Amino acid sequence: MTAIFERIGLTFIRLFEQTGLWFEALRSTIKWMFRRPFDGREWLRQMVRVGVDSIPVVVLTSMFTGMVLALQTFIGFRRVHAEQFVASVVSLAMLRELSPVLVGLMVTGRVGSSMAAEIGTMKVTEQIDALKALATEPVQYLFVPRVIAGTVMLPFLTVIGDFLGIYGGYIVAVKLMHTNPVVYQQNTYQFLALNDVWSGLVKAAVFGLILTLTGCVRGYYTTGGAEGVGRATTNAVVSASLIILLSDFFLTKILF
Amino acid sequence: MPFIELHNLHKSFDGKQVLRDMSIDIERGETVVIVGGSGTGKSVTIKHIIGLLKPDRGHVIVDGEDITTMGEVELNQFRRRFGMAFQEGALFDSMNVYENIAFPLRRHTKMKEDEIRARVEECLEDVHLHGVEKKRPSELSGGMRRRVGFARAISLKPEILLFDEPTTGLDPVISDIIAELICEMDLKLGTTTVTITHDMKVAFKVADRVAMLYDGRIIEQGTPEKFQESTNPIVRQFIEGRAEGPLTDIDD
Repeated sequence: MTAIFERIGLTFIRLFEQTGLWFEALRSTIKWMFRRPFDGREWLRQMVRVGVDSIPVVVLTSMFTGMVLALQTFIGFRRVHAEQFVASVVSLAMLRELSPVLVGLMVTGRVGSSMAAEIGTMKVTEQIDALKALATEPVQYLFVPRVIAGTVMLPFLTVIGDFLGIYGGYIVAVKLMHTNPVVYQQNTYQFLALNDVWSGLVKAAVFGLILTLTGCVRGYYTTGGAEGVGRATTNAVVSASLIILLSDFFLTKILF
Repeated sequence: MPFIELHNLHKSFDGKQVLRDMSIDIERGETVVIVGGSGTGKSVTIKHIIGLLKPDRGHVIVDGEDITTMGEVELNQFRRRFGMAFQEGALFDSMNVYENIAFPLRRHTKMKEDEIRARVEECLEDVHLHGVEKKRPSELSGGMRRRVGFARAISLKPEILLFDEPTTGLDPVISDIIAELICEMDLKLGTTTVTITHDMKVAFKVADRVAMLYDGRIIEQGTPEKFQESTNPIVRQFIEGRAEGPLTDIDD
């Protein structure tokens, strides 16, 4: 019995420890963000890596999500003769919820994991110590460009996701379910408010910060050799995904 | 006043005491080699000198400034006075040799690209390497990686050079070449140099003073000649590389 309580206690201690490290890294990242030298080339390189290179995966995910969402809601709404609301449901769901969350999760899998692996490998091969020895603060050189790239590029990816998700829904409704295209388009915009767009973009920026910072922190605190790097990579994806899903609820609550 | 002072350093990891009341003074321009067996805290000591580790107790004073009390920004600035060569080179594997050596120059100087190129070539010349600028660290042999690490360490013309196990894992001939190189660099640059190694041949070749670290503290130090004449049974066993003796009795 004592052993169980001990394990529960240890889990909580570790959780608080990790949370503390995360917020400490956030504080440090913000502090070093405004100090010279500003490494513009590295910032751009990370933006391409996080943003441009993620476009194909975002295109596919968003488009098919929009398509399946239209298909499902059409089937359900037809039972209560409310097919005309399919367009509104698809656009609202994509803008407010699905696009930012899906983009967040997909980029976590693609980029957050690779950041943890990259920084973790640097840690176990003493490259992080070498950076410090060369008077270069690892937080400034590694964390800052990645966190900026995540925070800036996720909203752009979300905009792409919004358009393609809505377009995917349009294809299914018009081409497969033979809805009137003009009516579908009208219904898409009719119930939308500006708030629906920007709240999704704010969420995306926060998710971008979460996934990149989590990847960096997990990599930075890697211990052990190759096994440690593998563990850090898995932990980065699991933790960032969980934090994104949890914070999504609270952000929705705050933003509306 | 000594240039580098390590005062009563204590450091433990997960309850294991690595340094206990460790002290050593190093004069400006001196070349000190700290020797000791595996796990005696040599790497921990050298990492304290450059502030990569903070002691649990004690002070590290470099040129009159206590680096253990410095904030991260101040310490980061202060490290420009150091050059450190790591055990396996610790080269940035996302960059080629040229970019590795140019990295500190691009970050900390306002040199133009042609000046950087000239300085990189000069550093590579100092470590007797040619035509490797475009190679990736993974394409280099162990000895070449160390030499590129040396070139990167001297690129900012540091006052203090630190070598962490410069010959570990290298064959005797390459080890001797590396030792020669350390002597040459020392002579040419006039730096204060601290090397840690367990290779006694290297230690006697490069050192002005050899110090032995054992059980978390310095137990013997002196010129290579004096050190070789030490009557301390632990030092004797280490120099002679015998299996039997106080070092192994305690370990067993």
